[in-house]
Amino acid sequence: MPVNPTPPLIHARGLTKRFGEFVAVDRIDFDVAPGESFGFLGPNGAGKTSTMRMIGCVSPVSEGVLEVMGMDPGRDGPKIRARLGVVPQQDTLDTELTVRENLSIYGRYFGLSRAEVARRADELLEFAQLTERADDQVEPLSGGMKRRLTIARSLINEPTVLLLDEPTTGLDPQARHLLWDRLYRLKQRGVTLVLTTHYMDEAEQLCDRLVVMDKARIVAEGSPRSLIEQYSTREVTELRFAPGIAETLDGKLDGIAERVEHLPDRVLLYADDGEAAAVAVHERGLRPETVLVRRSSLEDVFLRLTGRSLVD
Amino acid sequence: MVGRVFEHRLTLYRRTFRSSIFSSFLSPVLFLTAMGLGLGSYVSNTAALGGVPYLDFLAPGLLAAMAMQTASFEATFPIIRGFIWNKVFHAMAATPITPRDIAVGSLAWIAARLTLTSAIFTVVIVFFGAYESPLVILCVPAAVLTGMAFAAPITAYSATQKNPNRFATIFRFGITPLFLFSGTFFPISSLPPALQVVAWLTPLFHGVALTRSLSLGTIGADPAAAVVHIVYLTTLVIVGSWLATRTVERRLVGG
Repeated sequence: MPVNPTPPLIHARGLTKRFGEFVAVDRIDFDVAPGESFGFLGPNGAGKTSTMRMIGCVSPVSEGVLEVMGMDPGRDGPKIRARLGVVPQQDTLDTELTVRENLSIYGRYFGLSRAEVARRADELLEFAQLTERADDQVEPLSGGMKRRLTIARSLINEPTVLLLDEPTTGLDPQARHLLWDRLYRLKQRGVTLVLTTHYMDEAEQLCDRLVVMDKARIVAEGSPRSLIEQYSTREVTELRFAPGIAETLDGKLDGIAERVEHLPDRVLLYADDGEAAAVAVHERGLRPETVLVRRSSLEDVFLRLTGRSLVD
Repeated sequence: MVGRVFEHRLTLYRRTFRSSIFSSFLSPVLFLTAMGLGLGSYVSNTAALGGVPYLDFLAPGLLAAMAMQTASFEATFPIIRGFIWNKVFHAMAATPITPRDIAVGSLAWIAARLTLTSAIFTVVIVFFGAYESPLVILCVPAAVLTGMAFAAPITAYSATQKNPNRFATIFRFGITPLFLFSGTFFPISSLPPALQVVAWLTPLFHGVALTRSLSLGTIGADPAAAVVHIVYLTTLVIVGSWLATRTVERRLVGG
């Protein structure tokens, strides 16, 4: 743990979630500091959503310690939820109401006055770039617009912590970038973001610090940069061979890189100098169809830690 | 926070307010005209009805039966909607609103809907002159009580359902037979003795009998019966509401 004078906003020790015999979250420890952007990175089924639901006080803790803003979710659920913003994995917008009505009725759930709700709704419509659609029904909106509305809705109570469960899954690249931009602005304003994702680029863009989850456990923790430094090399050389060739490579690539990873569709060489590795491959008389030298990413960290890719 | 759950339904209702009020008037007018006046003109044996015109006998029964139908509809599809179709209840559960607020707020909404439709129905009864006593005004709370005796347990059941497939069964084998055989259209004394017992056990029978004893002014003749009706229906409301709170909580909180 880094030395931190302010107490963490979220504190978990040995946090466990069981559904009958099935263990969804297995004794995990983490702390989230105020103002931090904290991520849970992992494949589907790693336990990310179960963890988020426990933090959001909608799913009881099976075992272990969980404190959110110094309070106990089991006892102070409504009090904690009053200060949380929640963006669930699946939109829970009321499709029969208008965009503005979705914001205002949600604000009313937090006990805000009608005048206050109306004022904040106008601001948030602006923030989410939905002012022009304010009086339209929600149903015909695009996926990106619905997502932005969900985020706007989660901000109506001016939350201390914003919980985002896979905020951009299923969106096209343009919609994702617009959403990231909005989240980045929130982060600049000092809102604490806690998010889950199985996209490494999302984690790299948004997270100051993250934990890698796999099979209900935390397998690594750190900033995106430090995780890459610790678990991967500076660069990666990706080789694609013609069909049938890859199976004949046994041992032929040994010594070229720090580590060689054989994937079904390609071979990855982990080396600090990717160009040099590519040259060495050619010097050994191997002729891959394509060669790509790139920087290491969190995807490589995940592969190293679990032996599997993040997105199937 | 119960009020905020109620407010959500009110916001939705504003969209269909006009057509809903219109049909709340139209439906009793049509029923009382066709069955009360039309069919009723052929009913000569009014002694078995307590010596009142068929229209006066039918009107309070229809009011209670209508309350049952409105309540049953409101306790099925909108509940499933909140859990599955657009997950409004899940959205609420992420705020300071508790599952209990959601259950109680939904039931409060149904009670308000019933008050409105029962009041309109009662106005129509008065307009038709289909009553014998000024106590007809108390038909409104009696009909609301009848409706809630269905709404509360059905809400509890709906909160356990993953899709609306079984709702058709409730209406086909529950609501429709009750509508026809609980004393709405003819006294249950016309039924074979075995079926009379069955009819007596159904909540709609008690709702119809209570509502009718008010509009005909016969409640004073048998106050003990009225007490039985009220206790029976109130028990269903209380037990049903408690169960609804439990099932809504289980649905939202999960394991």
